[in-house]
Amino acid sequence: MAEPTGNAPEREPILQVRNLVKHFPLTQGILFKKQVGAVKAVDGISFDLYRGETLGIVGESGCGKSTVAKLLMNLERATAGEVFYKGQDITKLSGRALKTVRRNIQMVFQDPYTSLNPRMTVGDIIGEPFEIHPEVAPKGDRRRKVQELLDVVGLNPEYINRYPHQFSGGQRQRIGIARGLALNPEIIICDEPVSALDVSVQAQVINLMGKLQDEFDLSYVFIAHDLSIVRHISDRVGVMYLGKMAEIGSDAEIYEHPTHPYTQALLSAVPVPDPEVREARERIILTGDVPSPANPPSGCRFRTRCWKAEEKCATEEPLLAIPTRFKSVNTPAAHESACHFAEEKAVLAV
Amino acid sequence: MTTISKTSNVPAPRSAPEGTPLLEVRDLHVEFHTRDGVAKAVNGVSYSVNAGETLAVLGESGSGKSVTAQAIMGILDMPPGKIPHGEILFQGQDLLKLPAEDFRKIRGQKIAMIFQDALSSLNPVHTVGAQLGEMFRVHRGMSKKDATAKAVELMDRVKIPAAKARVGDYPHQFSGGMRQRIMIAMAMALEPDLIIADEPTTALDVTVQAQVMDLLAELQREMNMGLILITHDLGVVADVADKIAVMYGGRIVENAPVHEIYKRPAHPYTRGLLDSIPRLDQKGQELYAIKGLPPNLLNIPSGCAFNPRCPKAQDICRTDVPVLHQVTERDGSELPGRGSACHFWKEQIHG
Repeated sequence: MAEPTGNAPEREPILQVRNLVKHFPLTQGILFKKQVGAVKAVDGISFDLYRGETLGIVGESGCGKSTVAKLLMNLERATAGEVFYKGQDITKLSGRALKTVRRNIQMVFQDPYTSLNPRMTVGDIIGEPFEIHPEVAPKGDRRRKVQELLDVVGLNPEYINRYPHQFSGGQRQRIGIARGLALNPEIIICDEPVSALDVSVQAQVINLMGKLQDEFDLSYVFIAHDLSIVRHISDRVGVMYLGKMAEIGSDAEIYEHPTHPYTQALLSAVPVPDPEVREARERIILTGDVPSPANPPSGCRFRTRCWKAEEKCATEEPLLAIPTRFKSVNTPAAHESACHFAEEKAVLAV
Repeated sequence: MTTISKTSNVPAPRSAPEGTPLLEVRDLHVEFHTRDGVAKAVNGVSYSVNAGETLAVLGESGSGKSVTAQAIMGILDMPPGKIPHGEILFQGQDLLKLPAEDFRKIRGQKIAMIFQDALSSLNPVHTVGAQLGEMFRVHRGMSKKDATAKAVELMDRVKIPAAKARVGDYPHQFSGGMRQRIMIAMAMALEPDLIIADEPTTALDVTVQAQVMDLLAELQREMNMGLILITHDLGVVADVADKIAVMYGGRIVENAPVHEIYKRPAHPYTRGLLDSIPRLDQKGQELYAIKGLPPNLLNIPSGCAFNPRCPKAQDICRTDVPVLHQVTERDGSELPGRGSACHFWKEQIHG
């Protein structure tokens, strides 16, 4: 696919991902390692990220969403494919050029307990990016900058000399966010930023992230498995299954007019905190587990759990495109979906 | 293949058996003596479960929900844990006064527990068959061969495909959902009267979560067991529970049948929890967030533990600990099974 995905062609994408592939080799033997296969963690993914928007990526564990996050940062070398940041392919970069790009793409990690060094003070943690990129803040100015950042994320600037263990989970995640903001990046990649937090604290962190986005004109790639949170924060949503994008579109398109059976099943499985709505709606329960990415099913990868699967699904791989039957019609169902038998099915009782 | 079903089969509360409830916890207190002082994890919790009934205990981390469960199971670390007051009546018998030997006969046979993290609760160096069979060998004195046959039967029952072939596999060879099924099988093994499930689906994906909860509900119906479901997920609760107890700072702050609590919560904390879930019709707006942090158990605020975070707190909330009031309709008629530990529950529910 050469044309940009999504529904906002007038804006320029800040990040373009094209056919991104990551295979982890499976080897046998100790001394003479030979490759016997590969775990196809990410297998040809394309999407665009526009300035100031939030792209949500959802999927079950093992679908490759965290690998995508690492590839976007070039923390893992891509097996094939490109990631263009302002026209520059970052998967080919190294050394100084990569360092410059990384200044603009930062990451917030899932677990605020292990992603902060317990032996460093909060000031050192948030100030560390300045050591690597000294041009952002001159040495004498750093302490003040760090205190500013603490204030921005809603922590008391006097906490600068405290250690991570003196903070609660939600506060630690704020520290992680402050560290991500330190270099004034354009893109922040958030890998499950709130899944380790309590419900009442989750809302605080989500609100903070929304506020920061407006304030600093940030673009987020928001990776999560909680569909209701993704919907709340995202402008566009991509659904991943076993290393492939199953469906991508605006949040209303995905949540109200899903056309891929996997998206429909995923949405219908979301626990709804209202017993009456819950009893009234239809639920699709998938059987079995996600197949191994080392040996994915032929054709459509979802076919082994799909109730619509036919012979065609086993032989022909469906491409991520707007289904032909919806192409000429102006309907919200006309968004990209990788299914031979894409059709609308309302699963969310609103 | 995939099944598509209408969900209306939430187990209806069965008629309570006459006399005593299956399990009754009365004014339970648990404290932990640490170097920094005494952490009061549970401060007077009372609840009851009948056979065939599901009680959901809802709360954030540190609210004391798991500690209560551990006290019921008798697996609390003592020391540093200590139970200064309280009674845990199981079929009329106080478990806390029971000698260790007698308690051991109840644990596993009459009360069983399902833990959150199946990978770390299963022994990685024994096959699942051996671990399932252990229940029968230890409690029933079966031979190894009979126990393995029983293990296969159990794995079939929790719908693990090709049970016979997989009985000799190790826990790491199973996926997360399958491992949780093995945990369930282990808890079901001796057909207990009560099962305590501590966050049974938190570590699982939504699609698998639905499978596991359905299985649990089905087995419960079949064997008419009592179930205590400990969770922080309001969505999961809505699905399976008959009644809900919301915990905060080691106390129950609200008690209610499941349908009632979502319609009109009688405690500001419950209200806040419900409001902080992202809703589809409020997209783009700021999420409601309960300000502040859960209390430090070493230093629980005076009066109502929720008062520093409560939007409605008044002076009385800072001085007087609210008791669990019986919640009534506006005209004074009692709402069965409802209680709220808030001085201003009337304003909360009717205001």
